[in-house]
Amino acid sequence: MSELVKLTAAELAAKIHAREVSAVEVAQAHLDRIAAVDDHVHAFLHVDTEGALGAAKAVDEKLAAGEQPASPLAGVPLALKDVLTTEGVPTTCGSRTLEGWIPPYDATVTRKLREAGVVILGKTNMDEFAMGSSTENSAFGPTHNPWDHARIPGGSGGGSSASIAAFEAALAIGTDTGGSIRQPGSVTGTVGVKPTYGGVSRYGLVAFSSSLDQAGPCARTVLDAALLHEVIAGYDVMDSTSIDAPVPPVVAAAREGANADLKGVRVGVVKEFGGDGYQPGVLRSFEAAVEQLRALGAEVVEVSCPHFTYALPAYYLIAPSEASSNLARFDAMRYGLRVADDGSHSAEEVMSLTREKGFGAEVKRRIMLGTYALSSGYYDAYYGSAQKVRTLITRDFTTAFEKVDVLVSPTTPTTAFKLGERVDDPMAMYLADLCTIPSNLAGNAAMSVPSGLSGDDGLPVGLQIMAPALADDRLYRVGAAYEAARDAAAGGPLVHQVPELGGTK
Amino acid sequence: MPNISRDEVAHLAKLARLAVTDDELDVFAGQLDQILDSVAKVSEVAAEDVPPTSHAVPLTNVFREDEIRPCFTQQQALASAPAAEEGRFRVPRILGEEQ
Repeated sequence: MSELVKLTAAELAAKIHAREVSAVEVAQAHLDRIAAVDDHVHAFLHVDTEGALGAAKAVDEKLAAGEQPASPLAGVPLALKDVLTTEGVPTTCGSRTLEGWIPPYDATVTRKLREAGVVILGKTNMDEFAMGSSTENSAFGPTHNPWDHARIPGGSGGGSSASIAAFEAALAIGTDTGGSIRQPGSVTGTVGVKPTYGGVSRYGLVAFSSSLDQAGPCARTVLDAALLHEVIAGYDVMDSTSIDAPVPPVVAAAREGANADLKGVRVGVVKEFGGDGYQPGVLRSFEAAVEQLRALGAEVVEVSCPHFTYALPAYYLIAPSEASSNLARFDAMRYGLRVADDGSHSAEEVMSLTREKGFGAEVKRRIMLGTYALSSGYYDAYYGSAQKVRTLITRDFTTAFEKVDVLVSPTTPTTAFKLGERVDDPMAMYLADLCTIPSNLAGNAAMSVPSGLSGDDGLPVGLQIMAPALADDRLYRVGAAYEAARDAAAGGPLVHQVPELGGTK
Repeated sequence: MPNISRDEVAHLAKLARLAVTDDELDVFAGQLDQILDSVAKVSEVAAEDVPPTSHAVPLTNVFREDEIRPCFTQQQALASAPAAEEGRFRVPRILGEEQ
């Protein structure tokens, strides 16, 4: 393995921009790494070798001509979740419905990455249409956790988290509707951030639940996540829910945090996220993380958010309701799969047969659940009540943030579970998102940062940090300070303890 | 106490344009029942006086200038179509036998 793949995005960028190493060499080192290990990890659904080398060459040529780098991440290789459209490169959302679809346009996130000179290596595996917590709902087979190939890499963005934990890419993009960036980050020992809703454009992000979906950065360090956050964030006229406000100063916050203590920072521990149902090793890691924050000078208090326990049920009404409407677009008429078009079936029959064939079980379950929750007679009891819970959760956050600057909790109640363990039990699978969902419902910013290995099984645990809407920079300040202290105490970054790959599945 | 019957699931599948199989109906009916049982908990706290939230960022009527912008060519729009004919999307007959 080339030593280049072990470097952080910030380190790679510095070397590329100083012309110590070319962007092409860096891209090639990562492509070689993908060729060596991805048969075992299966993080990628598509590797765009030609596109990646072309983009890297363009960066090198501009630097050779004496131009300034297009961004602080110009030349750095990235893995892109397959839910964001890429002109000329397949986009499947992990679904047979979109197998072979070549989008005619770039998502705004994709465009911003290209303009920043970021080298897109390929598209990463995911639960079908981002519905799931394990990548087992991908129509193209699951991704394996680099820490233990028999275990899940989280989901829906398990391909993105695994790609950076396996050193196949320095950075990745995920999308987080109920925790799909943070929970995969937690179980793979990497950093994942869900920006404030509206902070990153949804244009070209294939919609699952439009009022919750948010793209964000996945990285191996807090600083790398911040650098990527600044590249992809910002107002976009193509997304009517995009926030027309300056991007919070996340890079400055990450740099400041890494070199400072947390004196004067008030941290609230969410009382409702602990106890029964939480793995003992996860709770011990979380308690140690809270101690670390206290040792850094933070003022730690317990905070009650009584409605957070209603977030999971509210989410599993709101998200499927929006999904049932959003996925109506897959009608077998303009793009995507079509079956049974043999002259004997009507358009409506072709539509029903195609959707039956093209969607997997979880997508069908959620479409039907959403159809039920929105139907007359049930609307008030289910969807209407869920919307009220959303208000109550937002109020809990508002009250909490009057007393503290950030809230913390474990990112997910357990470490990575075994592939297959929860596939036949939807409710057990849904519990993986218990702690991450409140921030999606309220739209505020949240991060998962590695807090060490669980004492009971030796697998990574994540610390979740939550900040008010548009205060994303607080995540980076607290996250970077914690990361620096944890790494110093542990003798290095957690992700460097990932077992060497290449063995058997 | 089941919330949802197998027949109701079959009706939902029809509404959602999903030609599910009999085996799927058996599995989905049980699973949807279990999920609905869990999520029904939301009604415990959804009091009359709590306003609903549909969106994290309250925005209404977002306008932009009505300017001409580049758009897809006919060729691009049809490039991924399952079937095209004479520069148009070709669709199956839209009326069923009974119509």
